[in-house]
Amino acid sequence: MTDKKDNRESYLQMFKQMVRIRAFEEQANQLYLSAKMPGLTHMYVGQEAVAVGICEALTPNDKITSTHRGHGHCVAKGADFKQMFCELLGKEEGYCRGKGGSMHIADQANGNLGANAIVGGSAGIATGAALSAKQLGSNEVSVCFFGDGALGQGLLYETMNMAALWKLPVIYACENNLYGEYTKVEEMAAGDLMARATGFGIESFEVDGQDVLAVNNLTQELVERARKGHGPFFILLNTYRYYGHHVGDINREYYRSKEEEMLWRKERDPITNFTQLLVEKKISTPEELKSIEREIETEAEEAVHYALDAAWPDASEVDMHVFASN
Amino acid sequence: MREITFGAAVNEAIAEEMRLDERIIVLGEDVAEAGTPFKVLSGLVEEFGTQRIIDTPISEPGFTGIAVGAAMTGLRPIVDLMFGDFLFLIMDQLCNQAAKTHYMSGGKLNVPMVLRTNMGATRRSAAQHSQSLHALVAHIPGLKVAMPSSAYEAKGLMKTAIRDNNPVVIFEDKLMYNDKAEVPEEEYLINFGEAEILHTGSDITLVATSSMVQQAEMAAKTLAKQNISAEVIDPRTISPLDETTIINSVKKTSHAIVIDEGHQNYGITAEIAARISEKAFYYLDAPVQRFGAMDVPIPFSPALEDLTVPTAQQIHERAVLLLEGKL
Ligand SMILES: Cc1ncc(C[n+]2csc(CCOP(=O)(O)OP(=O)(O)O)c2C)c(N)n1
Ligand SMILES: [Mg+2]
Repeated sequence: MTDKKDNRESYLQMFKQMVRIRAFEEQANQLYLSAKMPGLTHMYVGQEAVAVGICEALTPNDKITSTHRGHGHCVAKGADFKQMFCELLGKEEGYCRGKGGSMHIADQANGNLGANAIVGGSAGIATGAALSAKQLGSNEVSVCFFGDGALGQGLLYETMNMAALWKLPVIYACENNLYGEYTKVEEMAAGDLMARATGFGIESFEVDGQDVLAVNNLTQELVERARKGHGPFFILLNTYRYYGHHVGDINREYYRSKEEEMLWRKERDPITNFTQLLVEKKISTPEELKSIEREIETEAEEAVHYALDAAWPDASEVDMHVFASN
Repeated sequence: MREITFGAAVNEAIAEEMRLDERIIVLGEDVAEAGTPFKVLSGLVEEFGTQRIIDTPISEPGFTGIAVGAAMTGLRPIVDLMFGDFLFLIMDQLCNQAAKTHYMSGGKLNVPMVLRTNMGATRRSAAQHSQSLHALVAHIPGLKVAMPSSAYEAKGLMKTAIRDNNPVVIFEDKLMYNDKAEVPEEEYLINFGEAEILHTGSDITLVATSSMVQQAEMAAKTLAKQNISAEVIDPRTISPLDETTIINSVKKTSHAIVIDEGHQNYGITAEIAARISEKAFYYLDAPVQRFGAMDVPIPFSPALEDLTVPTAQQIHERAVLLLEGKL
């Protein structure tokens, strides 16, 4: 592994961002379990290194599109806890004024074009953002996050084909967490996953999605090349979600074993392993990392309290924003 | 009589028909071991096996298209579309292919398939998992559209749909899956195009579909306390539509409100109101009222979402105003 991002600051930033995602999700899960959150939500815990490794290789102007499992992407792209929790609870101060909720958080200021409740539904949006970047000469790159399940969607193949024909600066980031809902990836996707992109002549890479440095190094290189007009690219990131498909999916032994879950949690945890590396390489100390964790946990708790007390949107909001004004 | 849930009624209907007809298969995402996210199809794969209860990838246009082809060539597929909102993904296969094949082939090819999907807001699922899109498909000639309002309807309409030689779309209200109702053990079917009068009355006709039937019934009860006698009609299928029952009722009551959970603009309420206006105009004492969901994408926030769907109280208020000549 070549350490391109080898200064202390950026390593600690990646650590922080992963911890932020986990802290956010643990709070979100508690909100669900204590029946304080309307509806349900999909936890990103376990996949932190993917969102962070990729987003840390982007500038705030670079665009991402996200999925139903989108809190991680949102945090990694720089979102604020308070506004996110307010959105999850349907409060006026949320990123979308409570109109979107967990599955539709968008954060325009940080280049997040939005989570999406349609599997694969953002393939066109990310590719369209890359078309804008090219035509407008903004030098921006866009990243399309999607799960292994989205490989079933035809839209992805139509857009990858056009991105390749038109050499668009887009990176398709496929997070293979081994399952789409309650079904294993090999029961849903025939043949070689990478070949789906190479078939269009798109350069494709497979990376350990639990290794934040590996993800970050690869993405930095691809982003640089995409800015020079060498895109599009496809990355297959092997990862795992620790919780159920959604927060209510608690009895899941009929589709995956407890042993498998324990294996990933114990041996492949992106935060534990990165903590070890930071200490081994003397980039940080366990004490420093612990205190960062505690600080973030406190921030998350405070944000939850803030959101619980925040105001509901006014009834007059209900028919606002159906159309943009001219 | 025994009571079972709406979900169990759907399950029973499919299981009974599958026992009778080997050609019936079920296709959809997580329909087998998982029995769908709403657990409505639990147990079917154990009885019928993975050859007939088929888990698909997340490829809605693909598996709907496969169902169309299979239906044209000897199978009788039931397609499970996890959320009604995904209709937008499959519109070509459903509306250009399934709906038109019989007509375009001069009556030579049939597409005996059922698409079961759902509708209904107030589940805090936001704009892409809450829509009630039945008007979209009811607009297309060649598709039949059923909207069960309780476990009893869910079973009878599903069995009829499976035996129909045409593509039928069934919209189930996802908030109703655990609601119980009396369902006979003996076999029964509910004919398409036959409305049910749930509550007879003489002052006002409330035509309501699916999720709105309960609301209309509650409104009728409140109206009764004020000595206003409301007739509640559930069309049960919107295509075909039992116009006769509705028109006859309005001729008697001279007032009508049509309630449906789809958006009001260009919706089912508009269609039924127009038919009443065309065929019972000279019997009306007041303009026919449409009452659909608000014409906005469904908002996530509970504070907003609840404002978008008609409620019993609002139906009651409008009925009173209509009878007072204030609408
Ligand atoms: C078009 C569409 N079909 C089905 C669904 C229901 N659904 C939501 S998430 C999901 C599984 C997605 O799997 P994957 O893409 O691997 O993402 P993961 O949940 O594993 O992160 C399904 C089937 C949906 N939201 N959109
Ligand atoms: Mg997955």
